[in-house]
Amino acid sequence: MKELSLNILDVAKNSTAAGATKVEISLELAESGILSISIIDNGCGMDEETLMGVTNPFYTTRKTRKVGMGLPLLKMAAEQTGGELRISSSTEKGSSGTSLLATFDTKSIDCMPLGDIISTICILIAGSPEVDFLFTDKRQSGCVQLDTAQLREVLGAEISLAEPEIQMWIREYLEEQYQSI
Amino acid sequence: MKSLAELAAIREKMQSKVVIREGMGTTRVVVGMATCGIAAGARPVLNAFVEGVNANGLTDKVAITQTGCIGICQYEPVVEIYEDGKEKVTYVKLDAQKAAEIVEKHLKGGQVVEEYTIGAYKTV
Repeated sequence: MKELSLNILDVAKNSTAAGATKVEISLELAESGILSISIIDNGCGMDEETLMGVTNPFYTTRKTRKVGMGLPLLKMAAEQTGGELRISSSTEKGSSGTSLLATFDTKSIDCMPLGDIISTICILIAGSPEVDFLFTDKRQSGCVQLDTAQLREVLGAEISLAEPEIQMWIREYLEEQYQSI
Repeated sequence: MKSLAELAAIREKMQSKVVIREGMGTTRVVVGMATCGIAAGARPVLNAFVEGVNANGLTDKVAITQTGCIGICQYEPVVEIYEDGKEKVTYVKLDAQKAAEIVEKHLKGGQVVEEYTIGAYKTV
């Protein structure tokens, strides 16, 4: 992985795989240069034992391979800048979900660039058009925001957010917001 | 500046099309988007398919979807193309440029790009 936005794409897919109906992805760059990335979902959550194992590369939920690199790679990306990865989770019925917070010191030479975050968000939405994604990217100069629940309200039930025409609109909508901050 | 009102206009335009779309045989392009695919460069490949299908006016005929790990991580980025009545075609080791070529030749022209298929890759 050469971009933090690729890690976000990979890890946020765990949320939709966990059956989440709402996924909040928030980025915030503080004046100090510390970048916080949080991903909060209302999926099925993980029990304590699973949670202990997720940053171990030899733990995975998939059946085709015995290794799972997603979270270990994100943890490594954070730690090599002096930051950290924290995950908490609950499997309690009605309030289940997982929240993940990764911090990065963007002044560190080992901090990967954020990269193409717009593609990441577009692909997440296209892959799970029925999920409510709330995306925010807060910088010193302004804030980018996208709430797919809001878009779905405008579009109605029969038009999917995965439709190519809608995907193009979302991409341009985000591009314009990034240009203005 | 893009506004939600503009999105409502797109909806009006699309509603008439939705009905037609349902009855047609569609081609499915499936892109592997697990950790292995993403790390190998699946994101620009997926983007290239979306852009190519849009640019060539194939959106009524071709659906682009994502899947998890296909199990052949060493060949990622992997893309499978399913067409009605035809055998599945598996493309391996793709990049954005090859993806654009596949849109042009395979999805638009109906010709499988043999040199990028898993069969061709294994015999090299």
